[in-house]
Amino acid sequence: MKPFAYARAGDADQAVAEALAPQARFIAGGTNLLDLMKLQIETPAKLVDITRLPLGGITPRDEGGVSIGALVPNSDLAADPRIIADYEVLSRALLAGASGQLRNKATTGGNLLQRTRCYYFYDTATPCNKREPGSGCSAIGGVNRILAVLGTSEKCIATHPSDMAVAMRALDATIVTQKPDGDRRRIAIGDFYRLPGDTPQIETVLEPGELITAVELPPKVEGARHLYRKVRDRASYAFALVSVAGVVRMDGDVVASASLAFGGLAPMPWRNPAVEAAIVGKPATDANFAAAADALLADAKGQGSNDFKIPLARRTLIASLRELTGK
Amino acid sequence: MLDAIFGQGDRNSLTMDKPHPDSLLDTSVQGVISRPLDRVDGPFKVSGTATYAAEYQIDNLAHGVLVGAKIGHGTVTAIDASAVKAMPGVIDVITDYDTFIRNPQQGGETTAPTQGVKEVGYFGQIVAIVLAESFEVARDAAQRLHIEYDYAAGAYDFDANRDQSETPPASQIPAHYTQGNVDKAMTQAPVTVEATYVTPSQNSAAMEPHASIAVWNDDALTLYGSYQMPTSDAQQLAKSLGISEKKVRIIARYIGGGFGSKLGIAPESVAAAIAAKRLGRPVKAVMARTQVFDATVRRSNTEQRLRLAAGKDGKLTAIGHDSLTSNLPGEDYFEPVGIGTHFLYRGENRSITHDMVPLNLLLSGSMRAPGEAVGMIGLECAMDELAEKLGFDPIDLRKANDIDADPEKDIPFSSRQLSRALQVGAEKFGWDQRNPRPAQRREGEWLIGMGVASAARSNMLQQSSAKVEIHADGSATVSSAMTDIGTGSYTILAQIAGEILGIPVEKIRMSLGDTNDPPAAGSGGSWGATSAGSAVYLACELLRDKLAKAMDVDPGELTLKDGQAIGANRSVPLGELVGQGMEATGEIKPGKMEKAMTQASYGAHFAEVAVNAVTGEVRVRRMLGVFAAGRVLNAKTARSQCLGGMTFGIGAALTEDLIHDQRNGKLVNRDLAEYHVPVNADVPQLEVHFLDERDIYANPIHAKGIGELGISGAAPAVANAVYNACGVRVREFPITCDKLLDGLPAL
Repeated sequence: MKPFAYARAGDADQAVAEALAPQARFIAGGTNLLDLMKLQIETPAKLVDITRLPLGGITPRDEGGVSIGALVPNSDLAADPRIIADYEVLSRALLAGASGQLRNKATTGGNLLQRTRCYYFYDTATPCNKREPGSGCSAIGGVNRILAVLGTSEKCIATHPSDMAVAMRALDATIVTQKPDGDRRRIAIGDFYRLPGDTPQIETVLEPGELITAVELPPKVEGARHLYRKVRDRASYAFALVSVAGVVRMDGDVVASASLAFGGLAPMPWRNPAVEAAIVGKPATDANFAAAADALLADAKGQGSNDFKIPLARRTLIASLRELTGK
Repeated sequence: MLDAIFGQGDRNSLTMDKPHPDSLLDTSVQGVISRPLDRVDGPFKVSGTATYAAEYQIDNLAHGVLVGAKIGHGTVTAIDASAVKAMPGVIDVITDYDTFIRNPQQGGETTAPTQGVKEVGYFGQIVAIVLAESFEVARDAAQRLHIEYDYAAGAYDFDANRDQSETPPASQIPAHYTQGNVDKAMTQAPVTVEATYVTPSQNSAAMEPHASIAVWNDDALTLYGSYQMPTSDAQQLAKSLGISEKKVRIIARYIGGGFGSKLGIAPESVAAAIAAKRLGRPVKAVMARTQVFDATVRRSNTEQRLRLAAGKDGKLTAIGHDSLTSNLPGEDYFEPVGIGTHFLYRGENRSITHDMVPLNLLLSGSMRAPGEAVGMIGLECAMDELAEKLGFDPIDLRKANDIDADPEKDIPFSSRQLSRALQVGAEKFGWDQRNPRPAQRREGEWLIGMGVASAARSNMLQQSSAKVEIHADGSATVSSAMTDIGTGSYTILAQIAGEILGIPVEKIRMSLGDTNDPPAAGSGGSWGATSAGSAVYLACELLRDKLAKAMDVDPGELTLKDGQAIGANRSVPLGELVGQGMEATGEIKPGKMEKAMTQASYGAHFAEVAVNAVTGEVRVRRMLGVFAAGRVLNAKTARSQCLGGMTFGIGAALTEDLIHDQRNGKLVNRDLAEYHVPVNADVPQLEVHFLDERDIYANPIHAKGIGELGISGAAPAVANAVYNACGVRVREFPITCDKLLDGLPAL
């Protein structure tokens, strides 16, 4: 860990102002950032502590849905009765991630900004374009069993590690921010993350000093089934090889609506409208489920040791759709 | 080995040259031996007052952080410390190209390990130590330290370098053993199995990282270290530093797990000692978790070619177990893959060989039942395959191949209950519920199967000594350079002393892990309890004789109970008999019984697993281990040892895989998030059942090694259950979902 300046903000205005300093980072739970700082993967010059900001609480919105404060701990969010009742996929995704101790500390905003668990990103002795732009990608041609098959670039094949964010993608969450100039933004989660392209070090559309203050969820989908299925190498405390977050509403035998997001496959929580289009308005049949899997994986590209993720994702999606449609 | 440092004097020394049929543990009446007593050190551990190596509060301590090489093979050409030395709080950057150790030493050696770090043999090899006034500054400076290298081509890829394999010198077993003609037997037998099993490199993954605090007092070194075998570790350290072993004291009161990785000294000890000498102040060096992975010790990967030939009656006519492992160039330790194969089953034609590929990867050495833990994966999975080919129940096949004499040496077994363990286990586990046809039992998405494997682990006795003193207040002290690495040594040694001397366990003070106390072999190879336990036994036997003399009764007439000596119609408090105190030293040495008998612990592992038919994820649903390891000294700590072994068996079967990048020898999964040991959710209900047994050939306490028995055979039981569940035979471990996927039912 390199020495850094530390400022504790009392409110959001102060926080964003403090965070305009060069190489400043917000810190809340610190469950990811502090580890990365110890390894000098992240070397912020300044930490702005936002834990005293009034960004807790899960509150109903006038227009329906809920607003989740950026500092709501993962464990509180997972256990919230309204979340369990209306957004079960989110609660399940949270409980599928990390460990009880980590969930107690980790926050809603921080979870969205987790960095990849790519082996090479974590090791400063090896090149990594995400950690050190232009140095090269060690994972391509290296050990990449846990890495991405969708949305990758020649510069980076890292996956996004969050379970929570996958559920939020399926729930069409909106990320609410405050910028240093006082402006507030509402960013659809589908617009929040960036694919690596030539700049894998840039992972979101957040601007310098911009603070996540809340995550909003739209009104629940009445009568929908929820599912979060996570495939992993051990029963707990392992990142997803493949995960599926699904919210599906049936009308008789026909899929009335579906929203499906995927973890473990891509540099961001993945969602592809073509997957949903393959089943919505159609009978819940294995043929249609297979078409959905075809749509999901049409552009999938394995890197050798992660090739298995393609058939694994296909099987997991089809089984998930059977469960979601009651088939 | 230890003769030179075992002093002379009034001691009770026993060499196991003949059976020891009578044990005081059977005739004493205190009633504490074998009981499931709580650990005597438990309250210290849960209250944070058990002091581990890095936790000693030492004045004027300098904090050291080790620096690893960032190349896989080559030469350090320059260490430019100027920038980091200018950092506030940095004291110095120290290296000693000749004296720093390249890699840890193997357990029990009394020489220095390979020294010299200018030549880099593997990625992460410790080449320098940065000293600062705080740990944080030292770590920062260590990460910034600029080192220049000349790169050399390295051998990182096992497959690509297999033609470089060499036959290592004999160690515990010969590298090559052949008997009869396996090739011929394979052509003549009606049923054969030939299969190759592959197991990956593994890390011990002890909770506590390697840590040393070095304190010099003139020319004498005290090292607070996390070491399993302080007596020989002190010798290794002295040799590494070029000083007399009399000048080195190691203190290792508590050790947060070792699993083999702390048998020999590791790089932090020598670096801390050298730095402390140069700075003239104490130095602490704790290896980061990543460095424990990079630069301590691994279990070698193995490739095992199994050949089994059997008659229609199931009786083996041939066993071939030919293995290929790897180690650093210049290191001759080989994973003794076939060690259990030597004595487990019949078969007149035998080939058990070990060859080794030199690779520029960190040292491979002893870890969690070296040999059996991975070797029995090959043997016991092949037996499962043979059973299926024969149409035999796997238990019947093993019973058909059980034997009453060593199949290679024509000597008897000291004790062996293999068939009984299989039989008892089958009944307790409900083995009759198993469908011999694989992939027949399904519950929703889950395919359910059962598997079995024999358990076997060689029994060893190592020269060890202990001193026992009875004090004037009737309490006692037991002291020995034996260690407690989390296994329960403190407790069982107190139970042995308490049982024989008739002193309540709470009145026995234990001093372990200090080389100022009588030398001992420490903890490793499951020999700790029996070796140090026998030493305590012998000390107490002598004390008992002395007490009888003080009572003026024949020792056979003396009863010791609850702090009283009872005999000749008198009952006298021990404190009164011992005057100012009474002490004795006990010493055990292995002897002819080691060669006259094949000694091992045995058992049977049963596993029921569920394989997800969609994803290939494997979840163990229940396991049972039935074990016979001689006298059980403490039913609770013995059970816990076996639970731990079985848990690591789950890891070996399903999750643990130390992965090196074959392009540069860099270890990629070097933290506990990505090196997967089983977590609680992976470990279901585990049952442990002990068979009653006494081994009079092993030692005077009639116990055998238990710590590693729980892992030996656990992994193949799980693997065989996976096959029974889904019909996919994975021979490349660990059995992760990607390896099962192709063989799962279509959706």
